[in-house]
Amino acid sequence: MNKIKYSIFGRSKLSGDFIFEALVGLFALGVIVLAFLLFRELFIESQLSRNTFGLGFLTTSTWNPVNEVFGALPFIFGTIVSSFLALLIAVPFSLGIAIFLSELAPEKLRTPLSFIIELLAAVPSVIIGLWGIFILAPFIRDYLAPPLSTYLGFLPLFQGPMYGLSMLTGGVILAIMIIPITSSISREVIMTVPTHQREAALALGATGWETTRIAVLPYARSGIFGAVILGFGRAIGETMAVTMVIGNSPRISASLFSPSYTMASVIANEFTEATSKLYISSLIEIGFLLLVISFIINIAARILVWKLLKVEGGGVT
Amino acid sequence: MQNKITVENLNAWFGAKQVLHNIDIGIAKNMITAIIGPSGCGKSTFIRCLNRMHEVVPKAKASGKVLVDDTDIYDSDIDPVDIRRRIGMVFQKPNPFPTMSIRDNVVAGLKLSGIKNKKTLDTISEESLKKAALWDEVKNDLNKSGVSLSGGQQQRLCIARALAVEPEIILFDEPCSALDPISTSKIEDLMLELKEKYTIVIVTHNMQQAARVSDYTAFFLYGKLIEFGETDQIFKKPKEKSTEDYIVGRFG
Repeated sequence: MNKIKYSIFGRSKLSGDFIFEALVGLFALGVIVLAFLLFRELFIESQLSRNTFGLGFLTTSTWNPVNEVFGALPFIFGTIVSSFLALLIAVPFSLGIAIFLSELAPEKLRTPLSFIIELLAAVPSVIIGLWGIFILAPFIRDYLAPPLSTYLGFLPLFQGPMYGLSMLTGGVILAIMIIPITSSISREVIMTVPTHQREAALALGATGWETTRIAVLPYARSGIFGAVILGFGRAIGETMAVTMVIGNSPRISASLFSPSYTMASVIANEFTEATSKLYISSLIEIGFLLLVISFIINIAARILVWKLLKVEGGGVT
Repeated sequence: MQNKITVENLNAWFGAKQVLHNIDIGIAKNMITAIIGPSGCGKSTFIRCLNRMHEVVPKAKASGKVLVDDTDIYDSDIDPVDIRRRIGMVFQKPNPFPTMSIRDNVVAGLKLSGIKNKKTLDTISEESLKKAALWDEVKNDLNKSGVSLSGGQQQRLCIARALAVEPEIILFDEPCSALDPISTSKIEDLMLELKEKYTIVIVTHNMQQAARVSDYTAFFLYGKLIEFGETDQIFKKPKEKSTEDYIVGRFG
């Protein structure tokens, strides 16, 4: 891109341009500095925990504040499994919504419908959590879990008792919370697919669905992938609603019916009652890990999207 | 002279705006018919009515008869999807599918018809690329992406893709307007070869192109068919004043 040349380096006297450039430059720099300081602070504050437990912090599952023995594995497990479960549920729904809104819905309904779906993202997470406790958890316990254990009970995933608050409930809540963002971004991406691509398929005798399958979705795939990753990032960091329904029990179980705990939840629940320095430091280390995981996921997603774009030479971000 | 397509009283609209008025025309079998006229005269709309692509644009509609071998393609029990398999189309902008390989682009239409046998697909892909005069340039790169080719090659790839489903008619909607002169002349040579087997209709804003390749020429203006006849006659002795004005470059 060609930058118009009126930069500060070519000017000798203080002009409006200079002040403006310096000011917005400072804002941009501020964000980077803030992110760096955040990392630094979490790193320093978690030093005690890192020195005490080393890498064992990541691989052990004891969480005992009384004896001051801390291992983060159950929380890492809970965060990753609940987020993947959320994706598993949310991606088909989001794609369906996006395809419906961009390709199939009557012209007049498209804007109001997408507005309503995006509004779902504005519901405060504590409200979704309350709904989860009073409506979703009992519903899953009474109507979803029994058939799952009857017909799929041979899988370790659906064994054991189900009391409502569980990994499954947490995954479903997270799915509901990420559907607005993944579906609205997927919809925008699908809408940027050029008309000539759709017409190429139609002129070959493709039906509406075939056009979506051979022309629209492949063209939009890198952008859709980006939408999915953004949803995943949101699921990983989501705290309130999932804390309210996942059961908050630090254990690793193959069954989705058993309660679990996430990294974000344990920080929210225990930070105020953490009394000893080691306890606080361990929670901060979990926060540090959460930050690192989020960064890695976002960076990896970007690199993947860029690579796909290069290969295709004509996709969309 | 046998007509492959007979158009009777064709009208077309975008919303409330009528863009084609009472078109009657016969398109000769195994000939190239060129449609010329200034921008906005309805020539692209006309050609898109011939394979029912006009109606895929929101709020667009058409009325009248388009007979292809005595079957009215606007008959209520005709599925436009079947029509488009019989009548291929090549667009102004080369539009290969960017995520598919060259080979998969060529056989995309066949796969839609349910042909899965790899050997059949490979054979037809090779034949179609040969017919489109592209085979020698891509035979070692069949698994490369369709968009790795040059613009002219991409357009011939799109022609191969249209040929692979064995249509009876091929519609070209300004196929060379995005291409350089060398690619243009390759595509023109190709059209002259293809008319042995196919009936061809080409929309072009390039009058020399119409004069070079077509047997018949139709001149459109403001959504109406002004004059239609043998290309020689249209270019040398036009009957209508506006045809002459357009051909000598007084407007358009």
